[in-house]
Amino acid sequence: MAIIKTEHLTHLYGTGTPFEKAAIRDVNLEIEEGELVGVIGHTGSGKSTLIQHLNGLLKPTSGHIYIDGTDIFESVQILQKTRFKVGLVFQYPEYQLFEETVEKDIAFGPKNLGFTEEQVKEAVSHAMECVGLSDAFRKKSPFELSGGQKRRVAIAGVIAMRPKVLILDEPTAGLDPKGRDTILNLISDYHRAEKNTVLLVSHSMEDVAKYCSKVLVMNQGHVFSYGTVAETFSRADEIEQIGLAVPQVTRLFSALAKEGYEAGEEVYTIVRAKEILLEKFLQKGGA
Amino acid sequence: MSDLIEFQHVSFSYHQSEEDAEPIPVLHEVNLSIKKGEFVAVLGHNGSGKSTLAKHINAILQPTEGVVYVDHIDTRDDELVFDIRQHVGMVFQNPDNQIVATIVEEDVAFALENLGVPPKEIRRRVDDALKDVGMFAYREHAPHQLSGGQKQRVAIAGIIAMNPDCIVLDEPTAMLDPKGRREVLNTIERLNKEYQTTVILITHFMDEAVRADRVVVVDEGRVLMDDVPKAVFVQVERLKEIGLDVPQVTELAYELRKAGVAFAPDVLTVEEFTEEFKRIMEA
Repeated sequence: MAIIKTEHLTHLYGTGTPFEKAAIRDVNLEIEEGELVGVIGHTGSGKSTLIQHLNGLLKPTSGHIYIDGTDIFESVQILQKTRFKVGLVFQYPEYQLFEETVEKDIAFGPKNLGFTEEQVKEAVSHAMECVGLSDAFRKKSPFELSGGQKRRVAIAGVIAMRPKVLILDEPTAGLDPKGRDTILNLISDYHRAEKNTVLLVSHSMEDVAKYCSKVLVMNQGHVFSYGTVAETFSRADEIEQIGLAVPQVTRLFSALAKEGYEAGEEVYTIVRAKEILLEKFLQKGGA
Repeated sequence: MSDLIEFQHVSFSYHQSEEDAEPIPVLHEVNLSIKKGEFVAVLGHNGSGKSTLAKHINAILQPTEGVVYVDHIDTRDDELVFDIRQHVGMVFQNPDNQIVATIVEEDVAFALENLGVPPKEIRRRVDDALKDVGMFAYREHAPHQLSGGQKQRVAIAGIIAMNPDCIVLDEPTAMLDPKGRREVLNTIERLNKEYQTTVILITHFMDEAVRADRVVVVDEGRVLMDDVPKAVFVQVERLKEIGLDVPQVTELAYELRKAGVAFAPDVLTVEEFTEEFKRIMEA
C-alpha cells in the first residue's frame, strides 16, 4: 500500500479575487513506503504547497490526501496524529531553534507528543545519533553552534518525534559542499536504518541523482513526472526546457552521444560515467 | 589597468563579547589586488573568512591590521566611507532582506533618492538599471510577486543604478532555483563584459566560479589559491581536502587519470571534456 497518496489534490490561492491562482492542480500521486524521493521543481512549481498538504498544514481546496490509507482530514484527531506521523523540516530550520540547550530543543516535540520522560530521553539520544551529534552537544546552547550543526539540531528535533514520513525542504540550502555532503549522508543513513519514507526537496539534480531512489518533478502546479532516477533523466531535454537542470555528467553524455559516442543508458553519476568511459577507451585499444 | 581594490597584509579579528579576553581571528595576512574590470570568484567553506573578506571591500568591516584600499581610498578613513560605498555595491544572499520598497522601481530608486539625485536623472538611471537586469517590464510590480531570481536581479539593479565600479555579491544564488541562478549569473556576466564592472562573486557553486576570470580560494582566513579557474580546479585533491567541490566533468577527468588514462586534467566544461574525449578516441 502506498504510504502517501493524493487524489485530485488542488489548492487555489486568492479564491474569489482577481488574483486567483492554482498553486497545485489535480495532483494524483502514490508514494510507496520506504522510498527516498527527490522532489524537484522551480520556484512556484507547487512543490512547497504540495508538501505542506502532506501533514495537513494546508487544507486542499479540493481532493484528498491519504497517509497510510487514512484521509488525513477525516477528523481533527486524525489530522493531529498526521502532524506527528509526517515530520516536516522547513527551509532554514535553524531559525526555529529556541531552547537553552540542544537537548531541550530536540526534546520539545516528543514532550508535546506526550512521551514519558524515559521515552523522551531515548528519542533525544536516538535523534542526536541520527544526525551525528555527540553527547558533548547536549548541554550546549544551539546558538553557539555553526550553521551546519544548528541545522542538524533542527532536523533532530523532527526525527525525535519518530515520524513515519520525513520531509525535508531544501535541507542543504546555503551550506558549503562539505556541510551539504554531511547532511545528505546523514539523511541517507537515517533512511537506510529506519526504512522510513523520506522526501527530499532539492534544487540540485546532482544530489538527487546520487542519493534518491525516485524523483518527483513538479511543474506549474502539476506532476511532471514521478519515477526512478533513470526514468527521470531519460527526459533530460524536457527537464531542461521546464527550467530545471540535469547533472553535468548527464549533459556530458548527451553531448558525447551527439558526437556519435552512445552510452546506451542514462548516466547521472560520476561513478557510472567513469566505468562507461573506461570501457570505451578499452574498446578503442588502451589509451 | 590599475588596481581597484588592494588588500595589504590584512588581518581581522573580533571579540565575541565584551568580557572575552582573546579575540577570535578571522583573516590572517591577506594580500590581494583586484584590477578594474576583473570577474573574480571567491570560494571557501562556511567559516573560511570569505564573507569577512568581502565586507572589507565596502568598509562594512575595517581591518584590525593592514590596509584595504578601494580606488586608492583607505577604508579606515571614516569620512570617506560613503565615497567607498559609491564605488562598491554589495548584494547579499537573501533577496527578501534587501528589498525595502513596495514597488520594484521605487526600490531601485531608493539609494538615489537618499543621495539627492535630481528626479529626472533618477528616472533615467532606474529605467536603465532595470533594463540592464531584464526587469524593466516588472517596474510597477510589487516585489513579493516576483520569484527569487527576479528579486535578486532587482537588488542588483538597485546597486547598478548607483554606477559603482565594483559589485560584490555574497552567495547571491544560494536561495535560488536553477533558472533563477542562470538569470542572475547571466546578468552578472553581462555587466562585467559590457560595462567592465568589476565583479567579486562569493559562491559555493563551482559551475559559477568556472565562469570567472580568476578564482580566489580562501581557507582558515588565508588566501590559499589565486589563479585562473583552470589552474585552481585542476587541484582536485587539495580542494576536496578543504571541503570544496570541483565541476563534475573535472572530477571525472581526474578519476580517469587515476585509472591510467592520459586525459587532460584541466577540463572544466562539458564542451572541453567532449573535445578532449574526441581527441583521445580519434587519435
